[in-house]
Amino acid sequence: MKRLFEVACAVTAGLAFAFLLLPLVALFLRVSPGALVSALVSEPAREALLVSLETSAIAHVIILAAGTPVAYLLGTRDFRGRRALIAAVELPLVLPPAVAGIALLAAFGSRGLLGDELDLLGVSLPFTQAAVVLAIVFVASPFYIRQAVAAFGAVDRTLLDAARTLGAAPGRVFARVALPLAAGGLGAGSSLAFARGLGEFGATIIFAGSFPGETRTAPLAIYAELDRDFDVAVALGALLVLVSVAVLAAVSLLPAWTRFTSSSATTFAPSAST
Amino acid sequence: MDAVHVELGHDLRAFRLDVALTVGRETVALVGPSGAGKTTVVRAVAGLLRPRSGLVEAAGETWLDTERGVDVPPERRSVGLVFQDYALFPHLSVAQNVCFGAQRPVEPLLEHLGLAQLARARPGDLSGGERQRVALARALAREPRVLLLDEPLAALDTQTRATVRGELRMRLRETGLPTVLVTHDFNDAAALADRLAVVVAGRIVQQGTAAELVAAPASPFVASFAGGNVLPGRARSSGGLTEVMLHDGTRVLSTDGAYGEVAAVVYPWDVALARDAPDDSMQNHLHGEVTSVVPLGNRLRVRVGTLTAEITAASGERLAVRDGDRLVASFKASATRLLPLGGGGFANDSHG
Repeated sequence: MKRLFEVACAVTAGLAFAFLLLPLVALFLRVSPGALVSALVSEPAREALLVSLETSAIAHVIILAAGTPVAYLLGTRDFRGRRALIAAVELPLVLPPAVAGIALLAAFGSRGLLGDELDLLGVSLPFTQAAVVLAIVFVASPFYIRQAVAAFGAVDRTLLDAARTLGAAPGRVFARVALPLAAGGLGAGSSLAFARGLGEFGATIIFAGSFPGETRTAPLAIYAELDRDFDVAVALGALLVLVSVAVLAAVSLLPAWTRFTSSSATTFAPSAST
Repeated sequence: MDAVHVELGHDLRAFRLDVALTVGRETVALVGPSGAGKTTVVRAVAGLLRPRSGLVEAAGETWLDTERGVDVPPERRSVGLVFQDYALFPHLSVAQNVCFGAQRPVEPLLEHLGLAQLARARPGDLSGGERQRVALARALAREPRVLLLDEPLAALDTQTRATVRGELRMRLRETGLPTVLVTHDFNDAAALADRLAVVVAGRIVQQGTAAELVAAPASPFVASFAGGNVLPGRARSSGGLTEVMLHDGTRVLSTDGAYGEVAAVVYPWDVALARDAPDDSMQNHLHGEVTSVVPLGNRLRVRVGTLTAEITAASGERLAVRDGDRLVASFKASATRLLPLGGGGFANDSHG
């Protein structure tokens, strides 16, 4: 009986792995490495990769710059409504991307909530590269903030108190104690958010459209090339798989890595600020 | 002015903290059971907790005055705080930890505290005693005007505790800073502090040197905290002495005057043990069964019935004390303090 159960588990696991890996293997079997390279340097692929890289990079800077302070507050302070705020920040995680796109249009579109105000400023967001960035920030930032809140929350608050009694103002406490101690979690969250942003499709196509060289990111290009040049679509897909694998590897390596960094250089001089 | 003056009112879970304390160039121990509010006092002085009402004056400055709306942030209060679990930064080396708030190069300090060899080590690699030294060094490197120590020995095992305690006492003497120390252990407080303030349920119930608290405890609680046996009973005067009828029916005589419900207090070192009731000047004899024998250095702590006695190892050997033996515990009427327990008259005239 016990044996039967174990065999059943093993078989199920085997099927599950096969199902998960088979499409990825097929992707790489479809194109030879040579064809892959030549497809990637084709005009549509180059354009799409450039758009993806640009928008992802800008979005990621925004996510880190805005998400880190938000996560620090949510992770280290107790206040009324904290749980509600965390839930609100995490909402885009469970939102269907298409809904995110529609919601962004409803907010920032020309006939949207802020449409008139943006119009007055002479700003039109939809169907621009800025819209791509906004879509990525909206969809991917929860992946970072969620991890970062947990990472900051795991930092022993006594250490933050100790830093204050040692003369460190809140900014220095953040930089010298909270940030290094949360670095592993922040790195993991950052990688996940980047991967999610790079793969963004639904919100982007609705809010930003799919204009080559402007808003057509790599995932959108895969969709667009599907009918025109299947090899280019597959090559882009393969490249995104490689990026995803790299991100996954980074996430699993980060915690081990941060343990050895951040303070290997010993300084004996007192720090400048008090 | 080097004195620290603290007045605090704050609502804790079960009671209100209401404490006033002045500390000169000395070490004062806030001593009392866990949860009495001692740590709250230390946190309020450091600025890590804002009490409902209060005044903290130190180093000639006002750090907190809730009436005038003064609340100096922790980083601008010149305190050195040694946390209960030391709160060393795990990602920094010993030297970097000590450097964190330092005013000048820390090598001499590391050298002085015997930490030079450990400068590059991480806190995770240190023993409890070493961590405590690093925490103290880090607090002192800030060159504070006030030193605060929250349960500095609680994180240590009993073996290192005695050594570290002696070392810490020496350091506190040499810094000469106004120091507030929090501990739940009377013996640690007695060893480290010049003066003790016993905190119970948010209030300071008695202040004095360890010897004063032992000689004249203000309440049965203080007496038991200082290590005394507390025997509740009913007192009435009896031929120049006071006779206390204990709840189990035995009688105890005391030279203290008292009437009504009292606690008779006798310290373990005033109790002698024998196989048979001795015919000597001790007026009080309690019979009981030995339930535990614990060696403490060259002394033995023996639990006889409801009493704890501390006798020399030599007399323990002579008696051949063993668990289950029936012994007589004897003590003098003049070594028996009477403290009021709730209602009842009380006159304490045997000591000043």
